[in-house]
Amino acid sequence: MNITTQSYKPGEHPSLPPPRNLVGPVKWAKDNLFGSITNTILTIVAVYLLYLIVPAILDYFFFNAAFEGSSRAECREIAKGACWAFIDERISVFTYGFYPVEERWRPNLAFVLLFVALAPVLFDKVPYRGKLLVFSLLYPLLAVLLIVGPVSVESMHFSQGVSGPLTWLVIFAFASALFVYGSKTHNALAMVVGIVPAGFVLVAFFLSDALWISIPDSIGLTNAADDIYIFEPVDTHLFGGVLLTIIIGVTGITLSLPIGIVLALGRYSNLPAIRTLCIMFIEFIRGVPLITLLFVASTMLSYFLPPGTDFDLLLRVLIMVTLFASAYMAEVIRGGLQSLPKGQFEAADAMGLKYWQTMRHIILPQALKVSIPGIVNTFIGLYKDTTLVLIIGLLDILGVGKTAISDPAWNGLSTEVYVFVAVFFFVSCFGMSRYSLYLERKLHTGHKR
Amino acid sequence: MKLKSILVAGAAMAMSATIANAATLDDVKARGELNCIVTTGLVGFAYTDESGKWNGFDVDFCRGVAAAVLGDGMKVKFVPTTGKTRFTALNAGEGDVLYRNTTVTMSRDADLKLTFLGVNYYDGQGFMVSKDLGVTSAKELDGASVCIQTGTTTELNLADYFRATGMSYEPVPIETNEEARTNYLAGRCDVYTTDASGLAASRATFDDPKNHIILPEIISKEPLGPAVRQGDDDWADVNRWVLNAIIEAEEFGITSANVDEMAANPPNPSIARILGVEGNYGEMIGLDNEWAKRVIKAVGNYGEIFDRNIGPNTEIGLERGLNAQWKDGGILYSAPIR
Repeated sequence: MNITTQSYKPGEHPSLPPPRNLVGPVKWAKDNLFGSITNTILTIVAVYLLYLIVPAILDYFFFNAAFEGSSRAECREIAKGACWAFIDERISVFTYGFYPVEERWRPNLAFVLLFVALAPVLFDKVPYRGKLLVFSLLYPLLAVLLIVGPVSVESMHFSQGVSGPLTWLVIFAFASALFVYGSKTHNALAMVVGIVPAGFVLVAFFLSDALWISIPDSIGLTNAADDIYIFEPVDTHLFGGVLLTIIIGVTGITLSLPIGIVLALGRYSNLPAIRTLCIMFIEFIRGVPLITLLFVASTMLSYFLPPGTDFDLLLRVLIMVTLFASAYMAEVIRGGLQSLPKGQFEAADAMGLKYWQTMRHIILPQALKVSIPGIVNTFIGLYKDTTLVLIIGLLDILGVGKTAISDPAWNGLSTEVYVFVAVFFFVSCFGMSRYSLYLERKLHTGHKR
Repeated sequence: MKLKSILVAGAAMAMSATIANAATLDDVKARGELNCIVTTGLVGFAYTDESGKWNGFDVDFCRGVAAAVLGDGMKVKFVPTTGKTRFTALNAGEGDVLYRNTTVTMSRDADLKLTFLGVNYYDGQGFMVSKDLGVTSAKELDGASVCIQTGTTTELNLADYFRATGMSYEPVPIETNEEARTNYLAGRCDVYTTDASGLAASRATFDDPKNHIILPEIISKEPLGPAVRQGDDDWADVNRWVLNAIIEAEEFGITSANVDEMAANPPNPSIARILGVEGNYGEMIGLDNEWAKRVIKAVGNYGEIFDRNIGPNTEIGLERGLNAQWKDGGILYSAPIR
């Protein structure tokens, strides 16, 4: 080539496309599928296996499946494959369990509001995030009120004591006064001692049937005689299906993270009493299978409580599941704490930061970021473990499926039910794992290898 | 020493809890709801329908008890349990009565501190095999793999039978009937063994029922019946006589359709006693005298319950067999209400 015909200045020639046989699907297939004799053989075997399996599966679940019919026999007349009419007929039981039909708008509303409450927590670009976060904080109360309904005042022991409501009013007045005094004088102890009982009384009153049944009743909004209520209490044993799975999963997940952080910090603490207590708790819970804890909650507990105590089974299960997940969470977060170099703690000390300031601004942001995969792993594990409540007689989505299979009209359709439940869990768990990847990318600050 | 005293204290608390549970009848009335322990799902015996309502043979007996005590057969809270958790749940007070296709045995009665109230279904353990296996008798099953539900009497019967006949087998442990069905059809075991009623019910749902045979040998007696916690005789009486009333109603031809008519004009003194027209038998068990009338009105007599859930006209198609009235060649024989 003659240098004088060169139409570009040296160094400015645009890159030429690579040769044809080095790009494109052909090249990719050559490299990855037929790179060597072994690879070629493996590819052919794999394609043959896929040919055997995939059409059969598609055929069974879609092309040859029955979507209509009112019994298994009718399904079989229509098509030889899966009988989705069964799932279709039972979809409301799968979703709500035995929740009263006319009240089902309440869990629906709670479910929609769950996303409103979750959005500002999960994503930081949500509009009005600050105000929505307040809603997120109040959401648990609202959800309990919506799904369970007002809690009977008697079961909260409001009416017991010296003179019932008055006692509680006095407690509330004293506690809130103490809180106001604490906040004025910057006395943290007074604030905590004040806010806990005051908050408890407020929460109890908000959830009580005194507020939602007696007061509306007295001003004519509801009618006790005709059973017209704003919020009818719904017994927790009627919960089932997806509703129950989500209640247990969401409660366990949201509560286990803060409790786990506290336990992890406790285990890392320099105070021997706190450290020993946290280690004992964590090791005890981790040493016992979840199924045992659930079993203790469902059957053994009533031996130890005073006779006649009616301690809601679902509440017992929620407590046990939360404690179980918290112990695992604590260890995951401790792993994050261990990964931080000692210099971080020492630098914070050198700057004169106090313990909580160090934790809040220096240690936890780094430790939690490192632990995200482990934390989400624990979440997903907990979510799937909710199916264990079947053993103690709560019917989650899997349990509802099992009782439905035994209907003589539909007996023998276990494959459909198990596939349906599997798809449900896959969608939920895959969503969680995708979110954790998003979070990792967002918080990525160059430490990633 | 310390450990021992803790254990003793725990046991004492457990005992006091049991004793305090003594007045179950009053508890149920106060609660307005009967807690009935059932299975997590057994074809024909307990299952949920599309609206989430419990149905089935055992479920109907629960509803009968609720009708007698509370006047409404729908006032039942069902506590689903597996084979392993059923007795713990009953003894812990999670349920008031257990109707869970449970075999009455001496050790359960004496050692597990239950009180059995009678028998609502006479069953026996059988074997089902595929015709391809070429077996026509249980005596030819040497070396077979057997699907067996854990924690049940069938598990023990199986071991006994194979030991007595000097054969060997390989157990494939499973949890529920449905799981057994799936495993058996997938060929993971040669033989499926459970109560003969369960075998027939499962076989009815196979795609090719004719290719499976139930072997002629019935290797055990399986009287299935309800149970309550030991130590509350009054509550046991209520449940025992509800069961007897359901059985006796069939013997005297009282059905859910004609019960009002019979109560208004009792054809014989026995019927008059059952329906509370004569005597005060309801009061003797802490109820009112129309208790049995409500039971029959709510769920019908034994024959009606049987036909509705597991009888020849259902998908399951069981014959009455042993469960026919004693007058019809069965062994169903209720003590008289008098």
